[in-house]
Amino acid sequence: MTGALIRVELSKLVRSRRTWVTIALIDALPTLVALLLAWTDLGPRPGTGPAFLSAVLTDGTLFPLAALAIVLPLFLPIAVAITAGEAVAGEAQQGTLRYLLVRPVGRTRLLVAKLVAVMAFVVLTVLVVAVTAYVLGVLLLGNETVTATGPATSVSGSSMSTAELLGRTALALGYAMLCMLCVAAIALFFSTVADSPLGAALGTLAILVASTLLITLDAANAVQPYLPTRYWLAFVDLFRDPILWRDVVRGVVLQGVYVVVFLGAGWANFTTKDVTD
Amino acid sequence: MASERPGVIRTRGLTKAYGSVTAVDGLDLDVREGDVYGFLGANGSGKTTTVRMLLGLVLATSGRAELLGEEMPKAARHVLPQVGAMVEGPAAYDHLSGRRNLALVDASGPGGPRSTRKARIGETLERVGLGRVDDRPVGNYSLGMRQRLGLASALLRRPRLLVLDEPTNGLDPQGIHEIRELLLELNREGTTVFLSSHLLAEIEQLCTRVGVLARGRLVVQAPLAELRGPTGRVAVHTPDVDLGRSLLDGTLEQVVHDDDGPRLLVREADPAALNARLVAAGVRVTALVPERRHLEDVVLAATEHSVGGAEVRS
Repeated sequence: MTGALIRVELSKLVRSRRTWVTIALIDALPTLVALLLAWTDLGPRPGTGPAFLSAVLTDGTLFPLAALAIVLPLFLPIAVAITAGEAVAGEAQQGTLRYLLVRPVGRTRLLVAKLVAVMAFVVLTVLVVAVTAYVLGVLLLGNETVTATGPATSVSGSSMSTAELLGRTALALGYAMLCMLCVAAIALFFSTVADSPLGAALGTLAILVASTLLITLDAANAVQPYLPTRYWLAFVDLFRDPILWRDVVRGVVLQGVYVVVFLGAGWANFTTKDVTD
Repeated sequence: MASERPGVIRTRGLTKAYGSVTAVDGLDLDVREGDVYGFLGANGSGKTTTVRMLLGLVLATSGRAELLGEEMPKAARHVLPQVGAMVEGPAAYDHLSGRRNLALVDASGPGGPRSTRKARIGETLERVGLGRVDDRPVGNYSLGMRQRLGLASALLRRPRLLVLDEPTNGLDPQGIHEIRELLLELNREGTTVFLSSHLLAEIEQLCTRVGVLARGRLVVQAPLAELRGPTGRVAVHTPDVDLGRSLLDGTLEQVVHDDDGPRLLVREADPAALNARLVAAGVRVTALVPERRHLEDVVLAATEHSVGGAEVRS
């Protein structure tokens, strides 16, 4: 029965025009970067700018990785905060929440289905960005297919085989998904608290922005290891040789704790609350 | 006779308090199978909170509620598929068509088999008068069409109990008439209807039993026929007012002169005997009508009494 509900939520997701507008907007940024790079042929020097961007002028097939590195730190979290913030508060605002609950849809089931739909949105966005970036990279950027003739270069400068590159990319994507699950959990919690989907999204963004700001502040040293965005960029370490596991592992544990705490709080609030919208 | 039918909605001491404000106060509702139950109350009297508690949307502070013989909200998953509901106006996904909306809500929960979904949607839309609706999004619907779509959503699984909050809101007179006929037809087919409304006329035309809510308390709960019983007075329409007055001295309560012509209001249990007495004495009687209570008067009396009581208490 939860399966049927998840299908309904996925159907709502793909039938919503906002989903596709959001994905198009996210996709526009790496597309713009690809066009600029192709036009000017001016790549950032190795070691500067977004990860991997310096390599794509040589090998366009690496551009999906660069595109994801561009999108993950800012655009994707915003989109996730908006989509997950909408989950419960949006249904409440348009009045459909009460009709779902008296259908009846169990409150826990509804939260699970909403979370699955948000993560499906993340996967869909990553896929669209990756595919677009691959096509653009092959068509517009460097065609010295490094990976076909010889090994690709890791962030540390040593070489990587195609299989290794793919494996590490999969790990990095998994890590990024976990970070987005953390954003989704926070936004879902706010969505059960706030009256409006906008409020829920803004609450989530406030936490993310505050976290990002405190990371740069020396006076906040004591709390930095516990900030939700502290280890977000640790996925770059997966492309070092050898892989630098320390931050990645800490990141996984920290994100896990945030997910459990906020999903738990959202569940506890939603299953005991009076629905009066 | 009424007590032999099984209870469909039964609450005992159902109470909802928001802080120090008691929105619903010790409600003992009793709705039986086959009833068209009118739940009457002014705006803000606690009707919607009660409906939400019955459906498990709002959790009661104390007391119990049973729907179709099972405890709510504990048995919601088993009970609610047999209940159709409309709470505080319809709601839909505006960018989707009416059919698509019905299909989505039907697929979200238990008790709506997929194999019959399309047929049920077609039949139900036909029934509520949206049979020829096209695939335009609900965002373009009129208020009346939305109301009909909400009703269709409630009827989609042929529920045993319909809980409707102000179902004719936003409909034109023709639409109100159609919905009323539809509800009566459903009731004849065996559906129990619980209708909450602030419109006296709507309740009076539709319902067999009435409960009146005032300031969160149930001040009246009785069959409509009983509430509208005879007052024990008879209105005698006559041009011979003075003759009548002298004859009926003692039982005459009031003489009324208004647009309906002069008439005497007489306290008299036997209208036939009264008529014989008047005619024998030469009083010309143009009409003789045993007076019945108006629902409005009953409701106002009960409500004022309770409000007065509340003021005394506080």
